[in-house]
Amino acid sequence: MFVTSPRMPPRLIARLDIKAPNLVKGIQLEGLRVMGDPAEHALRYYTQGIDELLYIDIVASLYGRNNLTDLVARTAAEVFVPLTVGGGIRSIDDITKLLRAGADKVSINTAAIARPELLKEAAQTFGSQCIVLSVEAKRTAPGKWEAYTDNGREKTGLDAVEWIRRAVDLGAGEVLLTSVDKEGTRKGFDIELIRAVAPLVAVPVIACGGPGTAEDVAKGLEAKADAVALASLFHYKLETVGSLKEKLKAQGIEVRS
Amino acid sequence: MSVQITVIDYGIGNVHSVLNAFRHEGADAVLSADPEVIRKAERLVLPGVGAFGDGMRELSKRQLIEPLREAVAKGTPLLGICLGMQLLLSESEEFGRHEGLGFIPGTVKRIEPTGGEKIPHIGWNRLLQPEGRSWSGSLLEEVPVSTSVYFVHSFTAVPNDERHRLADTSYGGFRIAAAVQKDNVTGCQFHPEKSGTAGLMMVRRFSTIDLKKAS
Repeated sequence: MFVTSPRMPPRLIARLDIKAPNLVKGIQLEGLRVMGDPAEHALRYYTQGIDELLYIDIVASLYGRNNLTDLVARTAAEVFVPLTVGGGIRSIDDITKLLRAGADKVSINTAAIARPELLKEAAQTFGSQCIVLSVEAKRTAPGKWEAYTDNGREKTGLDAVEWIRRAVDLGAGEVLLTSVDKEGTRKGFDIELIRAVAPLVAVPVIACGGPGTAEDVAKGLEAKADAVALASLFHYKLETVGSLKEKLKAQGIEVRS
Repeated sequence: MSVQITVIDYGIGNVHSVLNAFRHEGADAVLSADPEVIRKAERLVLPGVGAFGDGMRELSKRQLIEPLREAVAKGTPLLGICLGMQLLLSESEEFGRHEGLGFIPGTVKRIEPTGGEKIPHIGWNRLLQPEGRSWSGSLLEEVPVSTSVYFVHSFTAVPNDERHRLADTSYGGFRIAAAVQKDNVTGCQFHPEKSGTAGLMMVRRFSTIDLKKAS
């Protein structure tokens, strides 16, 4: 007799924004504060039991290239959970380099907006599971969000929800959904945004931007995010991975033990 | 630890994470796509991410299918990971019908969760023990039942013989073979190189135990 297990636990992802060589944290993607060595933080979160890691080179789009290859190689040699890398990825070659260095997935924003076919080519070359669409969504009206690029600096004129739908059709295997309005504020996720996107697409949605407490994280997961990407909460040591999991469990949310 | 692990590099998926994991656990791990090296290897790992048809085509293009069959026939321990596990089976229904390596009789089929769960199956899910199946002597020996490991896939191996199922997991009520084993051939659908401590335990075990005596 085959016994089914309960629902799969949602994934807790530590997001590390990097302005090489430092881990930085901003507020609404601006006003950066240096937090230390990214690899050290990554190893600490891994040891604490994080489910995945996310590195974003936040100045890469400005320089037109991702500078994280060495850091990715160092991290992949000592951290054995999935690692996603984003920032400044423009071509199949860029993706190949990061995957060779030890990334498991890449996240793409600016280049996909400039040339949506990149998503299709990337998914065909590496598989959809490897391609994360990164969306910076800024609220423009009730129930409306616009997609931004370059860490919330550049407007695109695209309706964020429409863009996500199209990008998933093209081959994006996951959606990293960052609220520009909430990012770094510690005021909680943009719950409406999660609700508008998560049920709409057939691929996992990673909610990002805003949570300052375990309670906030729980709300994002209750809004049906498949995963949450957390930065301030961990970087400012408001929670460890373990203490967060304990609090989520106490609220009836299943986590990986 | 003197045993050498040969990770088969056939141009499909991220082989470096696998290499990293073995090296982290103290194994002497090398990459190779050389048929002679594979024939003579002490232990083989077949990684891989992507489509079944592409996987077999890339193996065939590099003339690695026969060397793999010879190695397995003479008892070389082989570990298939993710697509590498699926390739161990007889055939797949992914994008048409494709013949596999045939080490474990069975078919690779699409996952069909009943609760409207998202495909692919991505994330950490529990290792369950099929009824009557012991993990003693297998790669999972040190791994507690119900440990979560990392999956990312849309298809699943369905062995013909229930005894070849080493571990299961459940996704939306759908039974997925998390690991399979027949004699010296083991496969895991999840990524031990991405499954934290539990995954590394398996990696270490594959580098140390005598798998011919297992099962």
